[in-house]
This record gives sequence, structure tokens and C-alpha cells, in this order.
Amino acid sequence: MKRLLLALALIAAPVLADSDLPPAPLADTQLPDPKQEAQAQALMETIRCLVCQGQSIADSNAELAGDMRAMVRERIAAGEKPAAIRAWLVRRYGSWVTYDPPFDRVTWVLWAAPVLFVAAGLLVARSSFRRRRA
Amino acid sequence: MTGPVKWTPLVLFILLGSALTYGLAKPDTTNIRSKMIGASVPSFTLPPAMPGLPGLASSDLATGQPHLVNIFASWCVPCVAEAPQLKMIADAGVPVMGIAVRDRPEALRRFLARNGNPFRAIGADDASQVQMAMGSSGVPESFVVDGKGQILQQVIGPINPEDVAGIVAAVKTAR
Repeated sequence: MKRLLLALALIAAPVLADSDLPPAPLADTQLPDPKQEAQAQALMETIRCLVCQGQSIADSNAELAGDMRAMVRERIAAGEKPAAIRAWLVRRYGSWVTYDPPFDRVTWVLWAAPVLFVAAGLLVARSSFRRRRA
Repeated sequence: MTGPVKWTPLVLFILLGSALTYGLAKPDTTNIRSKMIGASVPSFTLPPAMPGLPGLASSDLATGQPHLVNIFASWCVPCVAEAPQLKMIADAGVPVMGIAVRDRPEALRRFLARNGNPFRAIGADDASQVQMAMGSSGVPESFVVDGKGQILQQVIGPINPEDVAGIVAAVKTAR
């Protein structure tokens, strides 16, 4: 019985919470203009997927990520600037949605931390070297 | 180096390690709340998702009457669980408008035949574009919209029986 269950578990497929509509036309199709496609790709790599959180929409296989890629490509093809598309998404989902967080009241530590750590390191190094020489 | 100074790096390291371990063990909530609460419903026009019911446009949500906008799909399992609650909300006199994400008319017809139809209109959002415009990240989600088309509240996930009274009250007090 156990073995049968195990065998069944091995061949069982997970129930996917996915629609059966095909992906949007521009979800997995590059734009004809390589310059625009490069712009779109760069942006997609820094937009966070809302479903597979932790992946970018460029990497995610989630349907919503596909629809987000299609949206990005459509807008780039229509001449919209990547920064404007990012701002549109941030307006809706917050800074959470971008892997390129803006410099603001909450995130300044992210940007300042490396400088602060190097400064602290220099201070520690200076005092310990001085002591050794003495 | 003496006494406390000598141990500071180790203490800091242990504190950082504990904070990171705690973060891994208890991850942040995965619900992403829409930042559109308080804003107007973005402008959109969606075609009918199935024959027999009208589609949905943002102008339908600014008619002076508050609405509940339900983002759902026939392929979404929690949407089935939510259906009786939506029916109760509609029976209480709340106009419920649907946005069907990536759906097919035939599948939708079967879904409504099996689970009941609380919707006055259903727009077909075949590429999730309106879902994104509303700041929604999954199905089902519901938005309370006032008579001027302003988004007042977002409900993430299925509406549970205990949520029904609160949502009906929220829509009824919205103007």
C-alpha cells in the first residue's frame, strides 16, 4: 500500500493555478528593434515578479510575469521611457516591485551602508596599527 | 584590545546572525497591498467576458453608486470557495462587478453555472493589464469603490463568511 502510494505520488502532477490562455504575444517574443529590446530586457531584469517573489519578471515563468513582460515591451515599443514604466509600477505596488530601489527616507541606509562600513573599518585598522607600532 | 571592545565584533556577528535567521524562519508577509487605495480607478475599458453579460469600463464605476469590484478567474480554486460569499454580498444589494483574468467565455459560463452568478458585469482582462493597473497581484482580490470611482479598500484573497458583513457595510457607507 505504502509503495503504491509512493508510486502514485511520483507520477502525480501538481494542480496548477494557471489559466489555459496562451501567453500574451509579447511575453516571450523579442521586439524587432534590438535597441528597444535591450531597454526592455534591462528593465525586466529589475522588476520583481508579484507571484514568484524573489525572481525578476525576466526570470519568472508565472503567467502574471509574462503579462508584465508583455506590458513592458508594449510600452517600450510605444516609445515610453523605462523610468516612466518603473514609476507606473511603483505607483501601484510600491518600491517593493523594483530591484533598483529609489533613494529615500527608508532606503538611504542601503546606499550609505558600504561607505559607513569602509569608514568604520578604516578607523579600526588605524587604531590597531597604531597600537602595534607603539 | 581589552574587555568589552574585544568582544564587540563577536556580539555584533551573533546579533546579525540571529536577525538573519529570524528573517529566514519567519518570512515577511507575501501579500502585496495595492498603493492605489485612495486613488481613482485607473481608466480602462474591458470587453464582455462572456455573452449575455456586459463588459466593464472604469466609467461604470463612477456613476454615483458604490461598487464591489471582484478580480477573479474560473481557473482559480479559491474563487470557487469565495463564490457563496459574493452571492450573499450581491443579495444584500451590493452591485458586484467582475474582472475575469485570462479567462475563456466557455469556462466562465461553466464556472457561473456551477457556483452562481453574483456579477452585474464582467470585463475580460486577457493580459492582466487592468489587474496590474489596479495594483492587484493575484486572484481573487476585491476592491471597494465609491460612487465617484475612488478605491477605498482592497481585500486580498477569498472573502470569508466572517468578512461579508464588513464588506457590505463598507460598500453601503461609501458614497
